[in-house]
Amino acid sequence: MDVQEIIGLTAAQAIAAIERGDLDAVELFSAYRRRAEEDELGAFTWVAEHLPADMHADGPLRGVPLAVKDLFCTAGIPSQSGSKILEGYLPPYTATSVARLEHAGATIVGKTNQDEFAMGSSNENSAFGPVLNPWDRTRVPGGSSGGSAAAVAAGLAPWALGTDTGGSIRQPAALCGIVGLKPTYGTVSRYGMIAFASSLDQAGPLTRDVTDAALLYRHMVGTDPNDATAVGHPEEIRLPTAERLDGLRLGVPTELTSGEGLEPGVLAAFEATLETARGLGATIEECSLHSAPHALSAYYVIAPAEASSNLARFDGVRYGLRREADDLVSMYTGTRHDGFGAEVKRRILIGTYALSSGYYDAYYGRAQRVRTLIAREFASVFERCDLVVTPTSPGVAFELGAKTADPLAMYLNDSFTVPMSLAGIPAISIPCGLSEDLPVGFQLAGPAFSENRILDAAHALERAIGFDGSPARTRTGATS
Amino acid sequence: MLDRSEVLHVARLARLRLDDEEVDRMAGELSSILGHIAAIAALDLDDVPPTSHVVEVESALRADEPGPCLDRDVALAQAPAVQDGGFLVPSPQAG
Amino acid sequence: MNGGGMPSDGTERGAGGPAEVASYEPVIGLEIHVQLRTRTKMFCSCPLSFGEPPNTHTCPVCLGLPGSLPVANAEAIHYGLMIGLAVGSELAPRSIFHRKNYFYPDLPKGYQISQYDEPLCSGGRLGEVRIHRVHLEEDAAKLTHVGSSGRIHGSDASVVDFNRGGTPLAEIVTEPDVRSAEQASEWLRLLRTTLRQLGVSDVNMEEGSLRCDANISIRPVGTTQLGTKTELKNMNSFRFIERGIRAEVARQEALLRAGETVTQETLHFDPRTEAITSLRSKEEAHDYRYFPEPDLPPVRITNEMLHRARTAMPELPAARETRFASVLGLNVESARLLSWRAELGDYFEAALDAGASMHPPAGAQPLANWISELTARHDGDDPADSKVTPQALATLVGLVGSKKLTQGGAKQVLDRLVAEGGDPAAIVDAESLGAVGGADELAPVVRAALEANPDVAAKLRDGDMKPIGVIVGYVMKETRGRADGGEVTAIVRAELGL
Ligand SMILES: [Mg+2]
Ligand SMILES: [Zn+2]
Repeated sequence: MDVQEIIGLTAAQAIAAIERGDLDAVELFSAYRRRAEEDELGAFTWVAEHLPADMHADGPLRGVPLAVKDLFCTAGIPSQSGSKILEGYLPPYTATSVARLEHAGATIVGKTNQDEFAMGSSNENSAFGPVLNPWDRTRVPGGSSGGSAAAVAAGLAPWALGTDTGGSIRQPAALCGIVGLKPTYGTVSRYGMIAFASSLDQAGPLTRDVTDAALLYRHMVGTDPNDATAVGHPEEIRLPTAERLDGLRLGVPTELTSGEGLEPGVLAAFEATLETARGLGATIEECSLHSAPHALSAYYVIAPAEASSNLARFDGVRYGLRREADDLVSMYTGTRHDGFGAEVKRRILIGTYALSSGYYDAYYGRAQRVRTLIAREFASVFERCDLVVTPTSPGVAFELGAKTADPLAMYLNDSFTVPMSLAGIPAISIPCGLSEDLPVGFQLAGPAFSENRILDAAHALERAIGFDGSPARTRTGATS
Repeated sequence: MLDRSEVLHVARLARLRLDDEEVDRMAGELSSILGHIAAIAALDLDDVPPTSHVVEVESALRADEPGPCLDRDVALAQAPAVQDGGFLVPSPQAG
Repeated sequence: MNGGGMPSDGTERGAGGPAEVASYEPVIGLEIHVQLRTRTKMFCSCPLSFGEPPNTHTCPVCLGLPGSLPVANAEAIHYGLMIGLAVGSELAPRSIFHRKNYFYPDLPKGYQISQYDEPLCSGGRLGEVRIHRVHLEEDAAKLTHVGSSGRIHGSDASVVDFNRGGTPLAEIVTEPDVRSAEQASEWLRLLRTTLRQLGVSDVNMEEGSLRCDANISIRPVGTTQLGTKTELKNMNSFRFIERGIRAEVARQEALLRAGETVTQETLHFDPRTEAITSLRSKEEAHDYRYFPEPDLPPVRITNEMLHRARTAMPELPAARETRFASVLGLNVESARLLSWRAELGDYFEAALDAGASMHPPAGAQPLANWISELTARHDGDDPADSKVTPQALATLVGLVGSKKLTQGGAKQVLDRLVAEGGDPAAIVDAESLGAVGGADELAPVVRAALEANPDVAAKLRDGDMKPIGVIVGYVMKETRGRADGGEVTAIVRAELGL
């Protein structure tokens, strides 16, 4: 197979080709390794120099290369979470989810760029530079898993691991025209994921199609003696086969589809997809998530509050950057001044404020109650509907620098993804069309542990939509 | 909503030094963010319990059985300053 | 953490003006940190450390490495439940961990995982002191001052060793029920005995497995308003606790008498100089930003866990005191002494078991008294460490009970036992210390005494019994204390026909 043929394969197709003997795992790895090395999008922060000695090519994933978001700890491989404070940090252990995938036969080809500590929606907050959108290099890929999304869209990796706290898998997947699954909170171990907001963080796949998402996720789920919140999944994750949506009830929450800031082109692609779903036998009904308009507020209290605590360990004592000083407090404050970028500082300050004496009840306490309301409202919607659908992001990929001056405008990117994160429920984004020649994402969310249902529905829709992701691959230096 | 002195107070709690211009910029940005967040103050949440753990887990406790430790060289490998087998820091008493 | 029963603020003082107050009464609450004797740390599987080289008992979790997560130790929760049962706490069916956020080099994550408003155990009582709460948390690492270090621009430096970091702690917070330094240290001894009986801790103050902070305020006697409290930190011996509290109470009293006010602050007591110094200025007052630890699901206490804790409970000092008093009929002082000092109680019960003659328990009180005699002769140490076996003491008490040995004779035998050990009966025989008794043996000696003291004999005949001591003394001297005083008096009366 030539390189164009190789990178034209989804991961599942590559596995099948290896099993048939049409493709060699080493050849596959080398092709992607070279593409990752020649990355011009800023998608990678580290690329493997050679094939790892302990490649598990006999595992079910057959040695297929995997790009891993920088914030997953990988033993002996830089794990920096996009931050200067962890520049060059080499962890002594590997995150459980990564270790599981390696054990199943995935081979790490590189670590991908991200917003610093996963805080951002454009991947412009990385200490290692921005990531460019392969559909249009003047635009952002979304964030925070922007490197993973761009790498998969551009064919620099067959698939990638990301993490989603308030939309960080789904939104970049949408902006890059690929599939991104944020699983039910707790189904994948968080051990070894450099924490942003512990009660929201969840690892998931970024892939070219829904089948790959199911395949990667299948090998990630499970309990973990090192993560007390990891509950695993009650069902085996199946590879989706559905081609119809007969009898499936899709709820369209009015609060999330009529908001201001929703671009007309995005709305049009969304509505066209609803028509497609109807054509496949689904029923579409309006539903209501009254508190959804407050989800973003609750999220921007809870996530920074947890982050302010999670990032306290970066103090210059045991690892990472240190700014030397004669006294301890100056060492702390200087280290953190130099090591953290503006967005991280902003969220540390918001979070510290929200937890501080006299403000806890007004901010953190209330935000947690709003979280309860949102979870309850989803539960009541799911009594009438099988899945809730929305656009993934209110707009398509925006110009680099367009929103960096206005943090609040940047936060509004997460309006449609944050409610599911707060409720801990699974949601997938699949590409559903183009607006202004840029991909639009369609989000399907279901009750906790309904991944099989979501993957089946997404699979049926994906086939009917027939989205063509190849422009992103062909526009991106497919020379060798 | 947040003035310079409040920003500095919070920054002190967070052990974060801010340059002068950062203080001013943060005061403005944080005020606008908090202004948006303030909408939840109007909600009637008296009868709504807080959610701190979104997935109910039966007590996931660990059996009291020893596991392997890191070699000391590994534990200290990433430290900016090391002395006598420990992590060297400016004394908390000094200064 | 502040105990809920503690005065949090108290700028007001009792009415009447400080200068006129005749005396003040201390109001003291204690916070005790107990290192639990688990095999592994609170939230990771590193074995606990006992003086190993620094940083050899660490892992990603207790070093606070990025991405690591805590998982709670089931045995630590079991021990926490046992402590709660021991002090009669209400055991929460569901309790949660909180993060207590502050920066310090001995705290690797920038927060301590502790418990806040939903602790494992609430309320309870031990002795006359009410318990506010018992909760679980992780210990800090060890920070060693290394003086000037070249690495840090010649300024003072410290070295952090994370071996101790993450050791499970139970924090026991009392209500402010303690009224004196002596009571504080006496009560802490009871707590230590209780914890030792439970087997949940080594309770060694010198090694830091039991550490005590005291919240201290004073108020005019007869008033109920609480004064401003100070917190005296980390006193590591019973002696220091007494001296530290006494010094702080004196300091507060001097302040109030001088018309000044007590400032709420955290203090350190230096046992060498007796100096009390402030640890933190008020400006640096901590804002711990407690919030529920998202990495740890709530702990649900199942019936199985409760059953296991109940089954593991040994008899505790309070229950033992009750049993000693009601079943064995000991007086209040003996029952408390032998139960609060478990080693005395254990020796007592061993002697009871050894001496069949001690049953029925009528002999229990004399045995308790003889244990006091024994400890007085053995520098107050554990009698089990003396040469006197419980069997020997039981035999001795039996000889006295059956009037084969007088009190005086028994004390001589005890002296010999303490010095050399051995069997009391053999000592009695060898030294001819056996009691002299009965008219046959004593009457001739009494007659000799009366003959030698005719004046006394005359007065006794006239009904003036005051000088009878002279006769008893004579007999005692003749018999080397082996006669019974009461019996001698009876024989005197018989001889004189009174
Ligand atoms: Mg404590
Ligand atoms: Zn450890």
